Amino acid sequence: MAVKGKTAFVGDGESILVFRAAGADAFPAEDESSAKEILRKIAKEYQVIFLTEELALSLGSFLKRFDEQPYPVVLAVPSKNGSTGFGEQALKSAMERALGVDILFNN
Amino acid sequence: MSRLNVNPTRMELKKLKARLQTAVRGHKLLKDKSDEMIRRFSLLIKENKRLRDSVEDELSQVLKQFSVARSVTPAYVAETAFSMPSVSVELLCGTQSIMGVEVPKVDLSAKRISDGLPYAYSEITGEADYSVARAAELLPKMVELAQTEKAVRLLAAEIERNKRRVNALEYVMIPQLEETIKYIKDKLDENERAAIVRLMKVK
Repeated sequence: MAVKGKTAFVGDGESILVFRAAGADAFPAEDESSAKEILRKIAKEYQVIFLTEELALSLGSFLKRFDEQPYPVVLAVPSKNGSTGFGEQALKSAMERALGVDILFNN
Repeated sequence: MSRLNVNPTRMELKKLKARLQTAVRGHKLLKDKSDEMIRRFSLLIKENKRLRDSVEDELSQVLKQFSVARSVTPAYVAETAFSMPSVSVELLCGTQSIMGVEVPKVDLSAKRISDGLPYAYSEITGEADYSVARAAELLPKMVELAQTEKAVRLLAAEIERNKRRVNALEYVMIPQLEETIKYIKDKLDENERAAIVRLMKVK
Protein backbone atom coordinates (compact mmCIF):
# COMPACT_ATOMS: atom_id res chain seq x y z
CA MET A 1 0.00 0.00 0.00
CA ALA A 2 2.94 2.24 -0.50
CA VAL A 3 2.12 5.39 -2.37
CA LYS A 4 4.42 7.67 -4.22
CA GLY A 5 5.39 10.79 -2.39
CA LYS A 6 7.46 13.88 -2.75
CA THR A 7 9.97 15.75 -0.69
CA ALA A 8 9.85 19.47 -0.07
CA PHE A 9 12.16 21.94 1.59
CA VAL A 10 10.89 25.10 3.19
CA GLY A 11 13.39 27.63 4.38
CA ASP A 12 15.36 30.72 3.58
CA GLY A 13 16.58 30.96 0.01
CA GLU A 14 20.18 30.06 0.48
CA SER A 15 19.73 27.02 2.67
CA ILE A 16 17.34 25.27 0.37
CA LEU A 17 18.75 25.98 -3.05
CA VAL A 18 21.30 23.19 -2.80
CA PHE A 19 18.52 20.68 -2.26
CA ARG A 20 16.67 21.91 -5.25
CA ALA A 21 19.71 20.94 -7.25
CA ALA A 22 19.72 17.58 -5.52
CA GLY A 23 16.23 16.78 -6.71
CA ALA A 24 13.85 17.88 -3.99
CA ASP A 25 11.34 20.68 -4.39
CA ALA A 26 12.20 23.81 -2.53
CA PHE A 27 9.94 26.59 -1.37
CA PRO A 28 11.57 29.76 -0.18
CA ALA A 29 9.95 31.28 2.89
CA GLU A 30 11.50 34.18 4.68
CA ASP A 31 9.23 34.62 7.66
CA GLU A 32 6.67 32.93 9.83
CA SER A 33 3.53 33.89 7.96
CA SER A 34 4.76 32.97 4.52
CA ALA A 35 6.06 29.65 5.85
CA LYS A 36 2.66 28.95 7.35
CA GLU A 37 1.01 29.76 4.07
CA ILE A 38 3.32 27.43 2.15
CA LEU A 39 2.99 24.61 4.66
CA ARG A 40 -0.76 24.79 4.46
CA LYS A 41 -0.61 24.51 0.73
CA ILE A 42 1.90 21.71 0.47
CA ALA A 43 0.95 19.58 3.48
CA LYS A 44 -1.40 17.44 1.42
CA GLU A 45 0.79 17.13 -1.60
CA TYR A 46 4.15 16.38 -0.03
CA GLN A 47 4.80 13.51 2.32
CA VAL A 48 8.16 14.54 3.69
CA ILE A 49 8.73 18.21 4.41
CA PHE A 50 11.96 19.62 5.73
CA LEU A 51 11.81 22.91 7.52
CA THR A 52 14.67 25.05 8.72
CA GLU A 53 14.99 25.28 12.47
CA GLU A 54 14.52 29.04 12.57
CA LEU A 55 11.09 28.67 11.00
CA ALA A 56 10.19 25.61 13.02
CA LEU A 57 10.99 27.52 16.17
CA SER A 58 8.50 30.27 15.42
CA LEU A 59 5.88 27.88 14.08
CA GLY A 60 5.92 25.64 17.16
CA SER A 61 2.22 25.34 17.81
CA PHE A 62 1.29 25.28 14.15
CA LEU A 63 3.45 22.19 13.63
CA LYS A 64 1.69 20.28 16.39
CA ARG A 65 -1.17 19.51 14.04
CA PHE A 66 1.12 17.28 12.02
CA ASP A 67 2.00 15.23 15.08
CA GLU A 68 -1.04 13.00 15.12
CA GLN A 69 -0.95 11.26 11.75
CA PRO A 70 1.88 9.36 10.06
CA TYR A 71 1.92 11.77 7.12
CA PRO A 72 3.09 14.37 6.33
CA VAL A 73 6.38 14.06 8.12
CA VAL A 74 7.69 17.48 9.05
CA LEU A 75 11.30 17.59 10.14
CA ALA A 76 13.26 20.55 11.42
CA VAL A 77 16.79 20.72 10.08
CA PRO A 78 19.51 23.26 10.73
CA SER A 79 19.85 26.07 8.22
CA LYS A 80 23.04 27.61 6.97
CA ASN A 81 23.48 29.37 10.31
CA GLY A 82 24.09 26.06 12.04
CA SER A 83 22.13 24.10 14.58
CA THR A 84 20.07 25.93 17.16
CA GLY A 85 19.48 22.86 19.28
CA PHE A 86 15.82 22.84 18.33
CA GLY A 87 15.93 19.24 17.18
CA GLU A 88 17.52 18.10 20.38
CA GLN A 89 14.92 19.99 22.35
CA ALA A 90 12.13 18.29 20.46
CA LEU A 91 13.63 14.86 21.11
CA LYS A 92 13.97 15.68 24.74
CA SER A 93 10.38 16.74 25.13
CA ALA A 94 9.14 13.60 23.37
CA MET A 95 11.27 11.53 25.69
CA GLU A 96 10.06 13.26 28.79
CA ARG A 97 6.50 12.87 27.65
CA ALA A 98 6.87 9.15 27.19
CA LEU A 99 9.31 8.06 29.84
CA GLY A 100 9.31 10.87 32.35
CA VAL A 101 13.09 10.84 32.46
CA ASP A 102 15.93 11.87 30.25
CA ILE A 103 17.92 8.84 29.15
CA LEU A 104 20.06 10.43 26.47
CA PHE A 105 21.40 13.80 27.40
CA ASN A 106 21.73 13.40 31.14
CA ASN A 107 21.49 17.00 32.13
CA MET B 1 -12.93 5.53 47.51
CA SER B 2 -16.43 5.78 46.22
CA ARG B 3 -18.41 2.71 45.45
CA LEU B 4 -20.72 2.30 42.52
CA ASN B 5 -24.39 3.04 42.92
CA VAL B 6 -25.93 -0.42 42.49
CA ASN B 7 -28.48 -2.56 44.22
CA PRO B 8 -26.96 -5.16 46.56
CA THR B 9 -28.28 -8.25 44.80
CA ARG B 10 -26.71 -11.48 43.72
CA MET B 11 -27.23 -10.52 40.09
CA GLU B 12 -25.23 -7.35 40.46
CA LEU B 13 -22.55 -9.20 42.39
CA LYS B 14 -22.11 -11.64 39.57
CA LYS B 15 -21.97 -8.89 36.97
CA LEU B 16 -19.45 -6.89 38.97
CA LYS B 17 -17.22 -9.89 39.51
CA ALA B 18 -17.10 -10.44 35.76
CA ARG B 19 -16.31 -6.79 35.21
CA LEU B 20 -13.54 -6.89 37.78
CA GLN B 21 -12.00 -9.87 36.10
CA THR B 22 -12.02 -8.11 32.75
CA ALA B 23 -10.57 -4.97 34.27
CA VAL B 24 -7.72 -6.83 35.95
CA ARG B 25 -6.94 -8.69 32.78
CA GLY B 26 -7.08 -5.50 30.70
CA HIS B 27 -4.83 -3.78 33.16
CA LYS B 28 -2.24 -6.49 32.94
CA LEU B 29 -2.33 -6.47 29.14
CA LEU B 30 -2.05 -2.72 28.92
CA LYS B 31 0.81 -2.70 31.36
CA ASP B 32 2.68 -5.26 29.28
CA LYS B 33 1.99 -3.20 26.19
CA SER B 34 3.31 -0.13 27.91
CA ASP B 35 6.51 -1.94 28.93
CA GLU B 36 7.16 -3.15 25.43
CA MET B 37 6.39 0.25 23.91
CA ILE B 38 8.84 1.89 26.25
CA ARG B 39 11.50 -0.62 25.31
CA ARG B 40 10.95 0.03 21.61
CA PHE B 41 10.83 3.74 22.26
CA SER B 42 14.20 3.81 23.99
CA LEU B 43 15.78 1.93 21.11
CA LEU B 44 14.17 4.24 18.62
CA ILE B 45 15.18 7.39 20.40
CA LYS B 46 18.79 6.33 20.60
CA GLU B 47 18.76 5.64 16.89
CA ASN B 48 17.13 8.99 16.34
CA LYS B 49 19.79 10.82 18.31
CA ARG B 50 22.58 9.13 16.42
CA LEU B 51 21.00 9.97 13.07
CA ARG B 52 20.24 13.52 14.00
CA ASP B 53 23.73 14.21 15.19
CA SER B 54 25.25 12.92 11.99
CA VAL B 55 22.71 14.62 9.74
CA GLU B 56 23.08 17.97 11.49
CA ASP B 57 26.80 17.73 11.28
CA GLU B 58 26.92 16.89 7.61
CA LEU B 59 24.17 19.28 6.67
CA SER B 60 25.88 22.25 8.19
CA GLN B 61 29.06 21.32 6.33
CA VAL B 62 27.19 21.03 3.05
CA LEU B 63 25.44 24.33 3.56
CA LYS B 64 28.64 26.10 4.46
CA GLN B 65 30.35 24.73 1.40
CA PHE B 66 27.41 25.72 -0.73
CA SER B 67 27.25 29.23 0.57
CA VAL B 68 30.92 29.69 -0.23
CA ALA B 69 30.20 28.47 -3.75
CA ARG B 70 27.26 30.76 -4.04
CA SER B 71 29.06 33.79 -2.83
CA VAL B 72 31.40 33.72 -5.80
CA THR B 73 28.56 33.37 -8.29
CA PRO B 74 26.13 36.13 -9.24
CA ALA B 75 22.75 35.53 -7.66
CA TYR B 76 20.74 35.23 -10.85
CA VAL B 77 23.19 32.74 -12.34
CA ALA B 78 23.02 30.58 -9.25
CA GLU B 79 19.27 30.84 -9.12
CA THR B 80 18.81 29.45 -12.61
CA ALA B 81 21.67 26.98 -12.45
CA PHE B 82 20.47 25.19 -9.38
CA SER B 83 16.84 25.18 -10.33
CA MET B 84 17.29 22.37 -12.82
CA PRO B 85 17.87 19.17 -10.90
CA SER B 86 19.79 16.32 -12.48
CA VAL B 87 18.16 13.77 -10.25
CA SER B 88 14.57 13.37 -9.38
CA VAL B 89 13.84 12.07 -5.95
CA GLU B 90 10.91 9.83 -5.47
CA LEU B 91 9.52 8.51 -2.26
CA LEU B 92 7.58 5.38 -1.61
CA CYS B 93 5.45 6.13 1.37
CA GLY B 94 3.88 3.34 3.32
CA THR B 95 3.16 2.75 6.95
CA GLN B 96 4.30 0.14 9.37
CA SER B 97 2.96 -0.67 12.74
CA ILE B 98 4.97 -0.50 15.93
CA MET B 99 2.87 -1.96 18.73
CA GLY B 100 -0.29 -0.90 16.96
CA VAL B 101 0.92 2.60 16.27
CA GLU B 102 0.97 3.48 12.61
CA VAL B 103 4.29 5.05 11.76
CA PRO B 104 5.51 6.19 8.37
CA LYS B 105 7.87 4.03 6.40
CA VAL B 106 9.55 5.82 3.57
CA ASP B 107 11.72 4.38 0.86
CA LEU B 108 13.65 6.76 -1.24
CA SER B 109 14.65 6.22 -4.80
CA ALA B 110 16.61 8.74 -6.78
CA LYS B 111 16.43 8.67 -10.52
CA ARG B 112 19.13 10.26 -12.55
CA ILE B 113 17.73 12.34 -15.32
CA SER B 114 21.03 13.27 -16.84
CA ASP B 115 24.62 12.43 -16.06
CA GLY B 116 26.77 14.89 -14.26
CA LEU B 117 25.66 18.12 -12.78
CA PRO B 118 22.74 20.17 -13.97
CA TYR B 119 24.63 23.29 -14.91
CA ALA B 120 27.44 24.50 -17.06
CA TYR B 121 30.79 24.15 -15.37
CA SER B 122 31.85 27.52 -16.70
CA GLU B 123 29.25 29.30 -14.67
CA ILE B 124 29.65 27.70 -11.29
CA THR B 125 32.70 26.98 -9.20
CA GLY B 126 33.84 23.50 -8.32
CA GLU B 127 32.86 23.98 -4.71
CA ALA B 128 29.24 23.82 -5.70
CA ASP B 129 29.69 20.47 -7.44
CA TYR B 130 30.81 18.87 -4.21
CA SER B 131 28.07 20.38 -2.16
CA VAL B 132 25.34 19.39 -4.58
CA ALA B 133 26.67 15.85 -4.77
CA ARG B 134 26.90 15.63 -1.01
CA ALA B 135 23.44 17.05 -0.58
CA ALA B 136 22.12 14.35 -2.87
CA GLU B 137 23.92 11.75 -0.79
CA LEU B 138 22.63 13.22 2.39
CA LEU B 139 19.02 13.20 1.30
CA PRO B 140 18.29 9.51 1.98
CA LYS B 141 19.70 9.90 5.45
CA MET B 142 17.57 12.93 6.10
CA VAL B 143 14.47 11.10 4.98
CA GLU B 144 15.37 8.27 7.32
CA LEU B 145 15.78 10.73 10.14
CA ALA B 146 12.43 12.28 9.34
CA GLN B 147 10.81 8.88 9.48
CA THR B 148 12.44 7.93 12.77
CA GLU B 149 11.65 11.21 14.39
CA LYS B 150 8.03 10.98 13.41
CA ALA B 151 7.88 7.46 14.80
CA VAL B 152 9.36 8.70 18.06
CA ARG B 153 6.74 11.39 18.34
CA LEU B 154 3.83 9.14 17.51
CA LEU B 155 5.07 6.50 19.91
CA ALA B 156 5.58 9.05 22.67
CA ALA B 157 2.00 10.22 22.30
CA GLU B 158 0.74 6.64 22.34
CA ILE B 159 2.77 5.75 25.42
CA GLU B 160 1.30 8.72 27.20
CA ARG B 161 -2.23 7.73 26.27
CA ASN B 162 -1.60 4.17 27.29
CA LYS B 163 -0.20 5.25 30.64
CA ARG B 164 -3.40 7.15 31.33
CA ARG B 165 -5.47 4.09 30.59
CA VAL B 166 -3.34 1.92 32.86
CA ASN B 167 -3.60 4.44 35.67
CA ALA B 168 -7.33 4.84 35.24
CA LEU B 169 -7.78 1.10 35.55
CA GLU B 170 -5.34 0.68 38.40
CA TYR B 171 -6.34 3.58 40.59
CA VAL B 172 -9.98 4.19 39.76
CA MET B 173 -11.81 1.36 38.15
CA ILE B 174 -10.35 -1.66 39.96
CA PRO B 175 -10.58 -0.21 43.50
CA GLN B 176 -14.10 0.96 42.79
CA LEU B 177 -15.19 -2.47 41.65
CA GLU B 178 -13.50 -4.19 44.57
CA GLU B 179 -15.15 -1.90 47.03
CA THR B 180 -18.57 -2.36 45.51
CA ILE B 181 -18.18 -6.14 45.52
CA LYS B 182 -17.21 -6.06 49.16
CA TYR B 183 -20.21 -3.86 49.95
CA ILE B 184 -22.64 -6.19 48.21
CA LYS B 185 -21.16 -9.23 49.93
CA ASP B 186 -21.46 -7.57 53.31
CA LYS B 187 -25.02 -6.58 52.62
CA LEU B 188 -25.99 -10.06 51.46
CA ASP B 189 -24.36 -11.66 54.51
CA GLU B 190 -26.14 -9.23 56.72
CA ASN B 191 -29.50 -10.10 55.13
CA GLU B 192 -28.80 -13.77 55.64
CA ARG B 193 -27.95 -13.30 59.29
CA ALA B 194 -31.10 -11.24 59.77
CA ALA B 195 -33.18 -14.01 58.21
CA ILE B 196 -31.64 -16.64 60.55
CA VAL B 197 -32.20 -14.53 63.61
CA ARG B 198 -35.77 -13.92 62.59
CA LEU B 199 -36.37 -17.63 62.15
CA MET B 200 -34.85 -18.42 65.56
CA LYS B 201 -37.09 -15.83 67.18
CA VAL B 202 -40.18 -17.25 65.54
CA LYS B 203 -39.37 -20.70 66.94
